[in-house]
Amino acid sequence: MSTAPAVEDLLRELAPQVLGALVRRYGHFDACEDAVQEALLAGTVQWPDQGLPQNPRGWLITVASRRVTDQLRSDQARRRREDTTAALAPRDELDVPDRDDTLTLLFLCCHPALSSASQLALTLRAVGGLTTAQIANAFLVPEATMAQRISRAKQRIKTTSIPFELPPEPERADRLRVVMHVLYLVFNEGYTATSGPHLHRTGLTGEAIRLTRVMHELLPEDGEVTGLLALMLLTDARRPARTKPDGSLVPLEEQDRSRWDQEAIREGVALITNSLAEAPIGPYQLQAAIAAVHDEAATAADTDWRQILGLYDLLERLAPNPMVTLNRAVAVAMVRGPEAALDVLATLDADERMAGHYRLAAVRAHMWEMAGDRRAARSGYQEAARRTTSIPERRYLESRADRLRDSR
Amino acid sequence: MKYILLIYQNPATWETFSEEERNRVMVEVGELMEELTQSGEWVGGEGLADPSNTKTVRVRDGVPAITDGPFVESKEQLAGYCIVQCETPERAADIAARWPDARYWAMEVRPIMEPGGEEM
Repeated sequence: MSTAPAVEDLLRELAPQVLGALVRRYGHFDACEDAVQEALLAGTVQWPDQGLPQNPRGWLITVASRRVTDQLRSDQARRRREDTTAALAPRDELDVPDRDDTLTLLFLCCHPALSSASQLALTLRAVGGLTTAQIANAFLVPEATMAQRISRAKQRIKTTSIPFELPPEPERADRLRVVMHVLYLVFNEGYTATSGPHLHRTGLTGEAIRLTRVMHELLPEDGEVTGLLALMLLTDARRPARTKPDGSLVPLEEQDRSRWDQEAIREGVALITNSLAEAPIGPYQLQAAIAAVHDEAATAADTDWRQILGLYDLLERLAPNPMVTLNRAVAVAMVRGPEAALDVLATLDADERMAGHYRLAAVRAHMWEMAGDRRAARSGYQEAARRTTSIPERRYLESRADRLRDSR
Repeated sequence: MKYILLIYQNPATWETFSEEERNRVMVEVGELMEELTQSGEWVGGEGLADPSNTKTVRVRDGVPAITDGPFVESKEQLAGYCIVQCETPERAADIAARWPDARYWAMEVRPIMEPGGEEM
């Protein structure tokens, strides 16, 4: 993308608003979404040359409307030739931008009838305004594969007649959780990307933060949306320190904290402090609070592990999950010692989601290392290295095992 | 998560198939590929030429040595691969089970390493 960043940002910000206006007017989410992509492309090509139109949103709506009416007319003409169908029914001529449109679109793209892969792809295209090629690049799949996921998602919306409206109140909370989870997955997909040839994937974290920020502006009272935004900011703040230039991972305790993004930390801490004081507590807020405690420690040794353990206790009660237990075990080790943590880990062996998981092996190896059992630690790291399917994780775990080599 | 499905075949058995049987396998594979493309899970794949076309390359003391083969006597040989992206390992195994070669020979399912990693 060689478009000036300001133009691209503006186009992407307007994308869901334009799509919302079109879908409200014409229905046919499928055709409208294609038309908006074409209008965005036209803007990308024309605006940097010819200057911004006076009313960029109006310009995009006009261009996209023309495409969509052409498309619907030709579909209609074809249908009329094939059989006789009712005339194209015009919808309400509402052209006023509606702030809820973006939210409605998020709910639509993250509809539970769609597969997780489709939810991610469609959200990035229809709400994020990314092209199929950009999304395919970020997810490391061929463009044809991604195009297929998007078209399948749109087909599914059509055949299940999912309406373009906010979900009814009783379903709202559950549906919101799905939207937040999709944004969290997008964030994570970018965050796990390291350096080298896959650096472009990190754009996904920025995009997830941008969309979550939009959602937070639309739902400022929702503590979990605030918590999710804070969690993303507080996690992403550590990005400059979490990998070496060669792409290898640096664990939290060894990171150069002067490279953390203090601006993001300040914003994240302010958001989470505020929401913990005012909103009902939830899992994203607790995870954000834990990230805040790490980010506020001047050195690894200054980390307030007691507070982190307290937060994990709460999180485990509120949203029990073996990954939470695993992370809690690390806090237990820091407060009560590695033997107590090994007891916690033993409870995970019976969990089939965790038995054989590389993270369980890695944490257990870490506990053995803390307890001074270098031989067991080394074989634990080696086991974890064999089990992970991530290249930088395998490198990291192999190097942890190497550090203990002398004890053979 | 991406998985590679390694397709194993026994060339000697394949040669005993009638043309009708061979065509049936090809049609089945075509339909399955189409279905995986439609579902957005298909990432790519290719068939391999007969093992008799294989060359092995080794570099020893900086000197490359290229030899024909191996023409091993093993019954099942790698005949092709496909890469799919699925939500669960069970789904990848289900796809492998539907590949016609799995009925006659075997499919091997292996996760593909990812370039990204979690913070430790």
